Amino acid sequence: MSQPQAATPAPEKPGSAGKQGASIQTIFRVHRAEFLGRAREGGIVYPFVLLFIILAIWKGPTFYGKTNLLEILDQQSATLIIAAAGTMVLIAGGIDLSVGATYALCEVIATKMAITGNPVLAIIAGVLAGIGVGAVNGVITTFFRINSLIATLASSFVITGAAALITGGNLVIAYSALGFANFARTQFLDVTTAAWTMAGVVIILGIVLSRTIAGRYMYAAGSNAEAARLAGVRVQWIRLVTFAISGGAAALGGILDASRVLSASSANGGTALTFTVLAGIVVGGTSILGGEGAIWRTVVGVLFIALIGNGFTLLGWNPLYEQITLGIILLLAVGGDAWSRLRAT
Amino acid sequence: MAGLTVPDARDSLRGVHVELRDVSKSFGGTHALEGVSLSVGRGSIHALVGENGAGKSTLGKIIAGVHGPDSGQLLIDGEPVRFHSPRDAIAKGVILIAQELAIVPSLTVAQNVFLGVEPSAAGFQDRRELRRKYAELAASVGFELDGDARAGSLRTADQQKVEILRALCRSAEVIVMDEPAAALSRPDVAALHEVIRRLARNGTTVVLVSHFLNEVLELADEVTILRDGRLVQTVPAAGQTEDSLMAAMLGRPLEATFPPRRPVPADAPVVLSVRGLRAPGVADVSFDLRAGEILGMAGLVGAGRTEVARAIFRANRVHSGSVRVARGPGMAAVTGTPRAAMRAGVLMIPESRKEQGLLLRRPVRENVSLSTLAAMSTAGLVRRRTERRTVREALARVDVRGGGHAVPAAALSGGNQQKLLFARSLLRDPVVLIADEPTRGVDVGAKRAIYELLASLTDSGLGVLLISSDVEEILGLAHRVLVMRGGRVAAELAGDDVTEAAILGAAFGATERGA
Repeated sequence: MSQPQAATPAPEKPGSAGKQGASIQTIFRVHRAEFLGRAREGGIVYPFVLLFIILAIWKGPTFYGKTNLLEILDQQSATLIIAAAGTMVLIAGGIDLSVGATYALCEVIATKMAITGNPVLAIIAGVLAGIGVGAVNGVITTFFRINSLIATLASSFVITGAAALITGGNLVIAYSALGFANFARTQFLDVTTAAWTMAGVVIILGIVLSRTIAGRYMYAAGSNAEAARLAGVRVQWIRLVTFAISGGAAALGGILDASRVLSASSANGGTALTFTVLAGIVVGGTSILGGEGAIWRTVVGVLFIALIGNGFTLLGWNPLYEQITLGIILLLAVGGDAWSRLRAT
Repeated sequence: MAGLTVPDARDSLRGVHVELRDVSKSFGGTHALEGVSLSVGRGSIHALVGENGAGKSTLGKIIAGVHGPDSGQLLIDGEPVRFHSPRDAIAKGVILIAQELAIVPSLTVAQNVFLGVEPSAAGFQDRRELRRKYAELAASVGFELDGDARAGSLRTADQQKVEILRALCRSAEVIVMDEPAAALSRPDVAALHEVIRRLARNGTTVVLVSHFLNEVLELADEVTILRDGRLVQTVPAAGQTEDSLMAAMLGRPLEATFPPRRPVPADAPVVLSVRGLRAPGVADVSFDLRAGEILGMAGLVGAGRTEVARAIFRANRVHSGSVRVARGPGMAAVTGTPRAAMRAGVLMIPESRKEQGLLLRRPVRENVSLSTLAAMSTAGLVRRRTERRTVREALARVDVRGGGHAVPAAALSGGNQQKLLFARSLLRDPVVLIADEPTRGVDVGAKRAIYELLASLTDSGLGVLLISSDVEEILGLAHRVLVMRGGRVAAELAGDDVTEAAILGAAFGATERGA
């Protein structure tokens, strides 16, 4: 198309017109970048607050009453714990698709042990098993250099299979192990221990990520692995640690949920949980490409998705639309991230 | 050598094919080309020579539409053209074969050659037609290359043939070749030369960007010499020698932009001792660096300078040899990883600040403190006030002004980004600092600041290994110069022997001494 134009002996006009166009484009780009930058900084907080206000006006105390809000927190405990740890994995430049499977395996292990033995030991054993599974994932992705997406996808099949072997495909029922139930169900200041545990873990992980050397190394590893290595960061080691934390968090989440209902199954968790967790992290604004994000963002992201679910329930809307809404929000979140990266380079 | 061809006669016979009139191009603040005019005869081989950064590659890329000139005109067959992309250039029969070959390894040779212009029937590839057309094309230039071989399994020389065939099947009349022989072994070079000659005999115009002067003399009809983005002269290759070309590439008095150089005391201790170092791209390198000394490392791109630096810093594997660094009264061996090298007192500012140095999207503060976090934390928790203060002091030391330590590193100018890396390294109190192209792509003011920083560092007893493609920089700063060629130290120059001619001579391998 530009061929005849290029061949004319007087290319002055198209040249100058192009220059003018470029400057207008630049102005537009600068403004857009500023707007995007600000929108990104606050990110998910604005839609979250907006949604909260809308639901509060619409449904009144049914929504903003203590019972409903604490119920949401209690239900989201496992997801929040796993997503907080998953945020670290993503920031350090990996991804963990095996959390759903690890969740099931470790709740099965802990519940089985709680039936016959000491519930505290059962919980500890379950969490250690999760950390072990995570560490193995870490070793596979770092020292054997297998892409973490594929490595954890593969390991999730192995883990799910192992869980099914332990249960023989049956529901593990621990209705008699009331001590085990105390782990999640005890109320303290009107709040369940599940929610308290979640708050403690999320705060600790938040501090580790934002205030400690290890946290800085996670950002560095995901931001530019080669630069981090040349600056003396043990990139592989720090990534391995994030996978171990993720495994431990998945285990803790699974055990909390099993303790609440006093039963466990190898069919719990799975890909549905994995994807809910990832959706919360990404909607919160943590980049799937690593190096960017924060745990408070993930908390808001997970709760945002929970609010949508809660809203659909309270309003009695068809839950099928909930899935569609969630999918669109996720696309918007990832698209926004990709777009802001494009303008940054 | 060039007696086989009679360039003048051929030019007058076929006329001017490619012409540049007063072409200028700058990148950021640096002028890559200024007011270059030249004409290339149809069917001739025209070589572009010059030092690193003289503008020869840029010129080749302008002809092939990779870059557009800022001003000036490009004419093909006497007709002014304006290429907006390599695609436009291809439409006019001009094709670039870059240094990095662009083949698809998993496809066959024939598929690569006809990539994008495959013969097809109803959307399906017509394999028989593809074979037939390939055989025809290969025969026309006399290549014996199996069209069904996987391109990725070929040697570099044969992959180059694939690119040449690809250019020809798009009816290229001008082929710009950027350093075609750089990655080839000696017999392959001979074969390539034969191919280039055959192309020219068949009427294709070849623009050859090369830093192998013997290659240029053997192949080219005419040679254009560039220096600092300006055209020095265009001459017939027939009357030239390597020495005469070299002489034309040199010149230019030293500008007084360099800080005064304090002589290294005769009893200054050795702070870095490298013996028999062998690593990827490094073949048996030995040298010493003394306290307070700037040791310049010169050489052409690909001569193994960066590889030496990375091997010393353990960023690359090391096959054999030893690297020892002064520690207390004695010397300690550097082994293991970059982390260990840093602990031993060796710091490196890598060649590419964006790819190997910075966390571009992280704040300036985190970038500076990254290597020293342990010293500013308690029980793993970073003491943020200490960090802020330390970073502020470190940035003041390297003369980065402006307080925005929370802005991402990407927002800084190239010069300040480079200084940021200096600040990060200096916080580790290095004994030896390796600076790999520390002034590449920074403006003049920042260059001067970096020069002064390097000089003040040596005043405080640091040993600096300075790798630079800018010969002027080496001449102005270094106490002693190692010239690399083919992964070895081709020459070691000190005192009055450090001249531009000596450095370039050793780098191009024109002089036999030391080789």
